[in-house]
Amino acid sequence: MQSKSEREKLGREKLQRIIDTCTSVQERSLDPFLIDINENIGTIKELFPEWNIPEDLCLDAETIHSLASVIKLQSEWVKHRSTTLYTDPFLLEEKLTRLPKEDITRAFIQSWRPAVELEQISLHSLEEATRYWDSLIPLDERWKEIPPEQVGAGLATREELVQQRILRDKAFSEELESFWDELKSTVTEKGKDGKIHYWDFVGAETYEQTVDRAFMTSFLITYGYATLEIHPLEEETFIKPYEKPIVKTGKAQLVSIPIAITTDDWTKWKKGELE
Amino acid sequence: MLFYKRHAKPGVKGWELRKTLGSDYPKVLKILDDYLKALDLQVKTVFEEGKEVEKPSLEQLDRARFLITLRGDLTPKEAKMVGWRIDDLAGLAITIAYIISKKGQSPRKDVEELLREKLPGWKVGINIDRYVRYGYLAQDESGQLYLDWRTRAEVDQKALIDLLLRTEASPASA
Repeated sequence: MQSKSEREKLGREKLQRIIDTCTSVQERSLDPFLIDINENIGTIKELFPEWNIPEDLCLDAETIHSLASVIKLQSEWVKHRSTTLYTDPFLLEEKLTRLPKEDITRAFIQSWRPAVELEQISLHSLEEATRYWDSLIPLDERWKEIPPEQVGAGLATREELVQQRILRDKAFSEELESFWDELKSTVTEKGKDGKIHYWDFVGAETYEQTVDRAFMTSFLITYGYATLEIHPLEEETFIKPYEKPIVKTGKAQLVSIPIAITTDDWTKWKKGELE
Repeated sequence: MLFYKRHAKPGVKGWELRKTLGSDYPKVLKILDDYLKALDLQVKTVFEEGKEVEKPSLEQLDRARFLITLRGDLTPKEAKMVGWRIDDLAGLAITIAYIISKKGQSPRKDVEELLREKLPGWKVGINIDRYVRYGYLAQDESGQLYLDWRTRAEVDQKALIDLLLRTEASPASA
């Protein structure tokens, strides 16, 4: 007496064999009637009560799908045989190899109705072609080799590097400190309870400036110059500056809070629609 | 419009005829077909679906291609004037018949093997490429050959198969 797991294993192997046979019929264009559909469906029906887990049910469904594809091939085979174009392929092949090419050609000519085509140049196309020729730039000019631009090597000044944003004007720490001072004064002027709405501080005239301010704000928070106060139910975020920077490393696990600064949000803030 | 080539294919699409002649263009084509009888020509419709459609819808007609073909047969003398060598015509005939017998598709190498029995090996590949270029055959990435639009337009496939099966080898050439 086989155990349940042995029966299941055998059942899976049977279904896989059915799938493999159906696949080889489809791929190698074998006779679809080689597969006994009734017998295979009987097998699937018999095995179906054994299946409990989703993988086995999927295998069962895949087997039925393979059999359905074979039934479709059988139907196409019957349709083809019943059309007037059907002829025994072996008989035709044997005829083709036996008949001399003259006889084959004679038979072909009797069933061939070649298409009638006309190729002719007209005055109109000549006129268009002449106009095109007149407007066409000579090859020497079209295919001119452009010599590489010679650029003189020189020295860049510090101002030029700052202008191209390769160098910062001030040291980053100085910039961060002055940004922190700006946060504290803004909270004093426009804030409430020692904090200010995130977008009210970060928002600027242009989107690029807003992103820059958000970038600097993230460092203020990371380095302990300020903190975030988030009210998830009201979907509000506030920034609260500290009087003195607090060193957070080693005290507790730091958490990352991603805040998206999209152009849509910035536009809404500009219009006063962002709460 | 029907005589000239567009993008290397003769004839014109149904929607182009509708644009020029209006939505009654099928009636116009019927009148043209009757007119061309005297010249032994006919208007042929090649549907996008690949098969003959008994009662085509306007949409199917718009997508179909219309061209002019001969109505009657060619005599062997006339066939020479078409510009095909007998070898190449025979190769085309065998290829088309073979693909029909294989339910409309066949691997290219099987066709080449068949052609090599009667044609020089170096010509076989060139000829098949030519048949593909002209639109008699189509070839997919896996090297399967199919019958293409020009075969559907120009060749009466049933008549070809019947004639080949009925033909016995001529005593002089057997």
